[in-house]
Amino acid sequence: MTRIAVTGDDAVALAAKAVNPDVVAAYPITPQTIIVERFADFVADGEVDTEFVTVESEHSAMSACVGASSAGARVFTSTASAGLMLMYEIVFIAASSRTPIVMALANRAISGPINIHGEMTDQMLLRDSGWISLFCEDNQEAHDQTIMAFKIGEHPDVLLPVAVGLDGFILSHAIEGIIPVSRDKAQMFLEGERKADLKLDTTKPLSIGLLHLQDYYMEARAQIKDAQVDAKRIILEVFDEWEKLTGRKYKPIESYMMEDAEYAFITMGSSAGNARTTVDELRARGEKVGLIKIRIYRPFWGEKIVELCKNLKGLISIERAHSFGGPGAILSQDIKSCLYGSGVSPLLAEYTIGLGGRDTLIGDYHRMYERAKAAFTEGKNLPISWMGVRE
Amino acid sequence: MATEIIDIRLHGRGGQGVMTSSYLIAEAALLEDKYVHAFPSFGPERSGAPIAAFARVSESRFYVKTEIYKPDIVIVQDPTLLGQVDVLSGLKEGGLVIINTDDPNSEGVVNIKKSRSDAQFATVDATKIAAEEIGIKQTNTAILGALVNLTNSSIITLDSIKKAIMARFREEPAKKNINAVDRSFNEVSK
Repeated sequence: MTRIAVTGDDAVALAAKAVNPDVVAAYPITPQTIIVERFADFVADGEVDTEFVTVESEHSAMSACVGASSAGARVFTSTASAGLMLMYEIVFIAASSRTPIVMALANRAISGPINIHGEMTDQMLLRDSGWISLFCEDNQEAHDQTIMAFKIGEHPDVLLPVAVGLDGFILSHAIEGIIPVSRDKAQMFLEGERKADLKLDTTKPLSIGLLHLQDYYMEARAQIKDAQVDAKRIILEVFDEWEKLTGRKYKPIESYMMEDAEYAFITMGSSAGNARTTVDELRARGEKVGLIKIRIYRPFWGEKIVELCKNLKGLISIERAHSFGGPGAILSQDIKSCLYGSGVSPLLAEYTIGLGGRDTLIGDYHRMYERAKAAFTEGKNLPISWMGVRE
Repeated sequence: MATEIIDIRLHGRGGQGVMTSSYLIAEAALLEDKYVHAFPSFGPERSGAPIAAFARVSESRFYVKTEIYKPDIVIVQDPTLLGQVDVLSGLKEGGLVIINTDDPNSEGVVNIKKSRSDAQFATVDATKIAAEEIGIKQTNTAILGALVNLTNSSIITLDSIKKAIMARFREEPAKKNINAVDRSFNEVSK
């Protein structure tokens, strides 16, 4: 199949075009801008049937999305960084209203100091919102996962919004070759229009977004908790269907060279590409090292991570995010939590890298490995440290 | 095994189409079924400010996603950068440097050549070519013919770069840009 040259943002816009959502409400922000611009082109050129709502802010964008999704529409939006921050109030309402909005995030650092470059903290903060949260290693994944996100979120056993993250600039503005999915294929995969049980229907009036106080609030939240659990089953089904449709295999947690690995990197997004390159170089030197790539951050597949860690001496967690004053960074807290009490306890090195677009080179990955291995050899963990910070 | 990757770093100024140059290299290479990763080193857009863009090209799939610090090839689209930006930074032993200049004997060009006797230097007056063929001094396509010539079509061919230009531009400007590519291919001096 012929690959076409597109940026990560274009890959997402083309995915949205194939999906042909009923409603898109979005506001441009670097490095997501291309997604919104391209999609506006598709609307203007009559290539999609979408009602494009040109809102005045991200708070309004997410509000319009919740309204449209509540009415039964298939809805897409996209933002980054400060845009997501402005949405936050409604982001939580989107989850509790059980509106399966799909939102692409061109992951970018949060101000301040003001910065437009890549970092994942923006999307990591969705952690406790009820959203399903996916990350992409390359533009093909950004394209594929944007389409799959609709099928995952809209499943009646899930009904949760889904965020699809692609690293700002390093994917969003980078040209790579992708095999695009056609409108026909996407529609076949999604089985036509969204089928919402609860929607705007004058013959079946209902209320959405009502007050829940001490009497019902916990039950409403508990349903999100249960839906996150059920989502794991649905995600596996959707990945299977995607493989049948495209031949491209997806797993929530991917592993590389893990069979005989004594040490492993664990990371997300485009960092996995650099870690994979480093694994190849270390393997060529005889190092028994592998890679665990987390594709789906929420729901968190802790049991799979535990399984992959069974024979490891040491695990090296690398993430483009941080938690000030926290017991580790963000992902590394999750990793520690799922290992606790599992009976599997590799030594752990925790690194925060690449904040605000700071480049982390393959040589840096080698240094992180060597430093971690030295600690592991002495039987020690390596507490959280920030790679590449000048002192 | 390590994948054979050609790392190209492009230097220019905001507004000269440096990003488009890197994209065109990737788009052309992809037409030859190669694997690519090309992106600009962005700041907030500033017209005239020194910027860089990167293009990685390989026959086989690769996964590295960093900026380029040890280029095989450096392309300098604006001669006024010489002496201001260390365009040779990290250039691999025996690497290729293509400089857009109207004066191959200028102090800047002579000095940079002296500083790396191992490297291969070539110059082309892409600004003049662009002005004459396209009507604007936008050197992003006019520099690429030189690249094809100097690399013996091993990274991208004239045919694929022309196809990439036709896919990216409307018919009329595409023709002009293709003429610029042809002239740059023929007029580059090694």
